[in-house]
Amino acid sequence: MNDKKSSPRRWVAAVALVVMMVGILTIPFLLNPKSDFGGSDDHGTDMITDVDPSYHPWFFSLWTPPGSETESLLFALQAALGAGVGGYVLGFIKGRYRDDAGRTGTSGDPEPVGIGLDGAVHAGG
Amino acid sequence: MKRHLRRAGSAIAVGAIAAVILAVPAVAGTRAPVVSPPPAEAMHIAEGFLPAGWCLVWFAACLPFWFVGLRAVTRVVEERGQEGRLLLALSGAFVFVLSSLKMPSVTGSSSHPTGTGLGVLLFGPWVMPILGTIVLIFQAVLLAHGGLTTLGANTFSMAIVGPLAGSLVYTLARKARVPLIPAVFICAVTADLLTYVVTAGQLALAFPSPDGGVMESFLRFAGIYAVTQVPISVVEGMLTVLIVRTLLQQSSAIRGTRLAAATGAA
Repeated sequence: MNDKKSSPRRWVAAVALVVMMVGILTIPFLLNPKSDFGGSDDHGTDMITDVDPSYHPWFFSLWTPPGSETESLLFALQAALGAGVGGYVLGFIKGRYRDDAGRTGTSGDPEPVGIGLDGAVHAGG
Repeated sequence: MKRHLRRAGSAIAVGAIAAVILAVPAVAGTRAPVVSPPPAEAMHIAEGFLPAGWCLVWFAACLPFWFVGLRAVTRVVEERGQEGRLLLALSGAFVFVLSSLKMPSVTGSSSHPTGTGLGVLLFGPWVMPILGTIVLIFQAVLLAHGGLTTLGANTFSMAIVGPLAGSLVYTLARKARVPLIPAVFICAVTADLLTYVVTAGQLALAFPSPDGGVMESFLRFAGIYAVTQVPISVVEGMLTVLIVRTLLQQSSAIRGTRLAAATGAA
């Protein structure tokens, strides 16, 4: 088993990435204590009316969620559906190739393979 | 030892690129403009907010890519077997999830990432118009986010130009022998940011400023939006890296994809 590519090292890199992401996403709250972080449709269109005050939208959404609760539900469902499918695929792939260990004529690697950050392939996962 | 240093070097490279990119909005954010900009809308153009003529133009622009995209997706489904279908589902799911997340930015507003980088890395940019359009329709119909009239414009920015730019940058980076992970990162960041630059361009073309014309409009739209989007695209880049690392662990799973070709693990 190749020592250099042991599990702890992979975890460190992953955790470091997660920490950086959390940092990037929390700093805005520290820099903008008074903002409501609006990103809703209403706000965005202000810019257009700023540039061209005579413009009026000529079409409206066929259906709008009745309130922010419903909107939250739908966004959450979207995220959950996507995450569910993504998790399933990743789990399936990981499980399938481990399973093929030792069997002949399969398409999987007999051992898990690791890839370094530079793309070099080596054994050991 | 050398490999150890190279890996550490790659990680530092990602961090350094991220830090440089983040410095831009950080500096811009602290030098507050005289009039504070309205919170930026997440990248999509809202229903009815693009004149009808422009809507048609962008729909027309999408047509060839939808055609090519359908062919590309069909080829993946028919020729790449179960793995191909699973990875295609993963690419679509990634776009689905990331498009639903509103992330706060240093400018005090929120925006969505795109998630198109992963699909580009696995299958190239030609399948993305289809995956992206599906997500956009879902959001337009059920969430009143984006729109059906603006579907052409939004598809063009997010599912066509973004992925093409990401793909180009990735190819160039790999040719320049940039290590895999930083190249993946740059691909995802570019696809996300370009989407956004194109949206600003579409708005500028449709709403040229009375004094400065299209260019001034573009600078206004992009100047605010681009700053907001930068940290979010960095986060998307990092998420893409995490997923890619997981996939690379089972290198045979990505046999036949661009990533596999890049690592020589096919």
